[in-house]
Amino acid sequence: MLKRAKALFLGLLSLASLLFAGGVSAESATRQLNMPQGVTEVSQAAYDIHMIMIWICTVIGVLVFGFMFYIMYAHRKSRGVTAEHFHENLLVEVLWTVIPALILIVMAVPATTALLKVYDTENPDIDIKVTGYQWKWQYEYIGEGVKFMSELRTSQDEIYGREPKGEHYLREVTQPLVIPTNKKVRFLITGNDVIHSWWVPDFGVKRDAVPGLFTAAWAKTDQPGTYVGECTELCGSGHAFMPVVVEVKEEAEYDAWLAGKKEEAAGYASTIGKQWTFDELMVKGEEVYGRSCAGCHQTNGEGIPGVFPALKDSPIALGPPAGHIGILINGVAGTSMQSFAEQLSEVEIAAVVHYERNAWGNDVGDIVQPIDVLNFKQSQ
Amino acid sequence: MAHGPSQNFFSRWLFSTNHKDIGTLYLWFSFAMFLLGGAFAMVIRAELFQPGMQLIKPEFFVQMTTMHGLVMVFGAIMPAFVGLANWMIPMMIGAPDMALPRMNNLSFWILPFAFAILTSTLFMEGGGPNFGWTFYAPLSTTYAPDTVNYFIFGVHIMGASSIMGSINIIATVMNMRAPGMTYMKMPMFVWTWVITAFLLVAVMPVLAGAVTMMLMDINFGTSFFDAAGGGDPVLFQHVFWFFGHPEVYIIILPAFGVVSQIIPTFSRKPLFGYSSMVYATASIAFLSFIVWAHHMFTVGMPIAGELYFMYATMLIAVPTGVKVFNWITTMYKGALTFETPMLFSIAFVILFTFGGFTGMMLSIAAADTQYHDTYFVVAHFHYVMVAGAVFSGTAAVYYWLPKWCGRMYDETMGKVQFWIAFIAFNITFMPQHFLGLAGMPRRYSDYGLQFADWNMVSSIGAFLYGGAQLLFLYNVIRTIGWGKPISDPQVWEGAQGLEWTLPTPAPFHTFSTPPVIK
Amino acid sequence: MSGTSTHRNLLIKLLMGAVAMFAFAIFVLPPLYDLFCEVTGIGGKTGGAYTASEITIDTSRNVEVQFVATNNATMPWDFYPTEHKVFVHPGESREITFFARNKTGRDMVAQAIPNVLPNNAADYFHKTECFCFNNQPLAAGEQAELAVVFVLDPDLPISVNTVTLSYTLFDITDRVPMQVSQIQ
Repeated sequence: MLKRAKALFLGLLSLASLLFAGGVSAESATRQLNMPQGVTEVSQAAYDIHMIMIWICTVIGVLVFGFMFYIMYAHRKSRGVTAEHFHENLLVEVLWTVIPALILIVMAVPATTALLKVYDTENPDIDIKVTGYQWKWQYEYIGEGVKFMSELRTSQDEIYGREPKGEHYLREVTQPLVIPTNKKVRFLITGNDVIHSWWVPDFGVKRDAVPGLFTAAWAKTDQPGTYVGECTELCGSGHAFMPVVVEVKEEAEYDAWLAGKKEEAAGYASTIGKQWTFDELMVKGEEVYGRSCAGCHQTNGEGIPGVFPALKDSPIALGPPAGHIGILINGVAGTSMQSFAEQLSEVEIAAVVHYERNAWGNDVGDIVQPIDVLNFKQSQ
Repeated sequence: MAHGPSQNFFSRWLFSTNHKDIGTLYLWFSFAMFLLGGAFAMVIRAELFQPGMQLIKPEFFVQMTTMHGLVMVFGAIMPAFVGLANWMIPMMIGAPDMALPRMNNLSFWILPFAFAILTSTLFMEGGGPNFGWTFYAPLSTTYAPDTVNYFIFGVHIMGASSIMGSINIIATVMNMRAPGMTYMKMPMFVWTWVITAFLLVAVMPVLAGAVTMMLMDINFGTSFFDAAGGGDPVLFQHVFWFFGHPEVYIIILPAFGVVSQIIPTFSRKPLFGYSSMVYATASIAFLSFIVWAHHMFTVGMPIAGELYFMYATMLIAVPTGVKVFNWITTMYKGALTFETPMLFSIAFVILFTFGGFTGMMLSIAAADTQYHDTYFVVAHFHYVMVAGAVFSGTAAVYYWLPKWCGRMYDETMGKVQFWIAFIAFNITFMPQHFLGLAGMPRRYSDYGLQFADWNMVSSIGAFLYGGAQLLFLYNVIRTIGWGKPISDPQVWEGAQGLEWTLPTPAPFHTFSTPPVIK
Repeated sequence: MSGTSTHRNLLIKLLMGAVAMFAFAIFVLPPLYDLFCEVTGIGGKTGGAYTASEITIDTSRNVEVQFVATNNATMPWDFYPTEHKVFVHPGESREITFFARNKTGRDMVAQAIPNVLPNNAADYFHKTECFCFNNQPLAAGEQAELAVVFVLDPDLPISVNTVTLSYTLFDITDRVPMQVSQIQ
């Protein structure tokens, strides 16, 4: 019996030490055990209060469990003790009500200051609107005319094990959010369809993205780098596949990047008129399909019966192009099929429609050009 | 009243109004649900064994997490404690049966239908509920599969069952105590259950209200939770957690009661601080109504609201602490032995307290920004739900099984099961703390490579823990069929209470004439 | 059994309690929540139309007001503010517009849902006129300038220097007939 109690105690001790070891050395992401300290004031505040709580709990735990293990050792019947019969003691009962209450009051002070930091969203230098979509993020630099979609870049082949998983598996996106160092960035967070939640652990920022509601969070850091986060509110089957990637750049670099983005937006209109060949569109279309469509309709275009319709042999894909383009542009209300008008460019929509009409044994054979998509948009 | 159970199998179990038979039905039903919910958990852990999608599709994965939660909370844990209440409360307060025996029959027999409906959605087109057991709108309304209507119907039925069950318990305890059994003489298990029953009557209708509003939004064009029509998706979360937080205590309070029966028995010493235990239970029940929004710290409440819910939540540590201190002091200067029920109870105290510590950490809103909806939360609530409710339920079965069937379980096998369960539980859930802190969100069907190691460890622990439950099932069946017969009313040396004055095994009808309490 | 009528009384009382809680959840909680939101500014919801009373203009403060537009889910309209931000003195009335164009080939009805950030500014952001007070029908291809007239209350907390007014545009074409008979 004694041996068992010892084993139990040692087991718990080693588990506890594992937990705290993470606090000292969080060298690599794979071995990380503890909350990251992050690179902002808010993440540091969260980390500090987290560690305060861990130590308070450890001290209380060692005292309480220590006493308990002592009892289990000393007051066991096999040692020939007889049970006493007391069952009340007003003094200790008052003490163990009052002392925890006092500890709580003491804890409330740092807990309150930390929370005030989280809410300090006043006087931002830059405002970025973050919108959660099923299953990607849209970032809009308010007042700058720059907005883009950021979606998972990891391929379905990697996810389903048909290809080896890359180093950045599920931690890579098509276009990361870019922010400058030493500027207070305010995030205005909202949802497009269902509730998502935008989380960047290293910023200490996590806010729900609720459709029809805006919430604010902020970050300011002096450390350039790439920071990865996740969606943390269940938003459907693609919940695990919409990571957040933020690149923090030095200010000059950021300015150059933003200027480039603005140019890109202005220059884009002139490329729409280009005529694409059948094969060019197939290549481009397969890439867009893998990123934006295969999550639901599957790589083989067969969908999931009853949940996501098949595109292979579907009357829409085999019918006139206008109907097919229409669904991508307008979406289907009340389903996961959203409007892609704002998310994909005309070129991308044309390519993916073309691909769907000519892949997996669908062979309509016609060519859908970006200009068709543009015309459709303007005519409807 | 002297007749025994019906000899016909179907009429005995289908039409039973006997509290012991209905208790047995509840317990077997809940164990079946426990295995079903456990099977769902095994699917989840098997898929998460390695990064990448190996066995199932993400669509099915979210159905599994949803069904695991629903089945475990509403199908396994709650009915298990209702079953224990049915068996034990009349025997503990000296009553011949429950106050409303026919309603008792009804409240049990609608349950299997509720879960048949719920489970059958998995085989329907569109699949089962895929919006998590917290079913936040609009994922559960505008964006839900059509089968959501079956889900709502199922929730209504189990709500009705719970409400009837708790009304029955309240009526039994208030009206049918033996002469001399004053409220402050009732065993702790009875006390915790009465308080739980009042919580159930108060909040199960709120859950029914929440799903009814969903039903109307989906089918009748209202917009309670739809911003387009002037509603608010966040309202759903408030209504849900107004139910959901008391629900957490509905699950854990009877577990407190069980442990408060077992620890004194094997310490051979009366429960320390009985009246403070009663008051602590009542305060926890009261606090459960005013802390709900701590589940929503990231939704963007005004800071005043967030501060209020943080302070109120921290307060819960006080009455919970009182309970833990009382249990430990009950053991102090007792004469302890460590039979299987006691082992599970001690593990309960340790692991539940650990879950309480992480609960306190979660109450700190600024830190919760990082914990919220990660595996840290998953670890936290499995420490209180599994090591809390499931361990105490297991302890209760080992503790009272000999009284129920007049046969002793195999002590060695019980202890083996305990050690496997205890170790496997910690292997499963301790690493989930690390996963959550390192950034892995909950309800993820796939994850980045940095989370691979601990997920594998956690999955191995989960399979082991699942295996321990099969051993438990075997031990119980073996006891009922082939256990060593015993006849001493006092099964355990140190046990106190009316149930131990009855013959072993407990006859079909007990306390037809009320006992007299000194 | 002698206790049957006592049991029945208790049963009826408890059942009534349960029914009362059910009614509470459906009929009391939602309006209570709305009221609570309006009082505390949860969700940054702003109240209904504001009738201007005599307020003095506080020229010592110059508050930045930003405008943000978002399309919900399948809403295919063009929708954006014509200016991204303005500076106003508290107490000063200002009109701004949002541009909306129904790009589709069908007549549609939209509803804009407003939000004000930070939360503690919501109470002090008064709209005397707003397109969000009514739903907005636009025929196929039609476009419109949607106006908002607002006043910042001079009591606006001194810590607030930037106020963000955002609108989310929802497609309610299918539910317009429902709105009349809506329960809530």
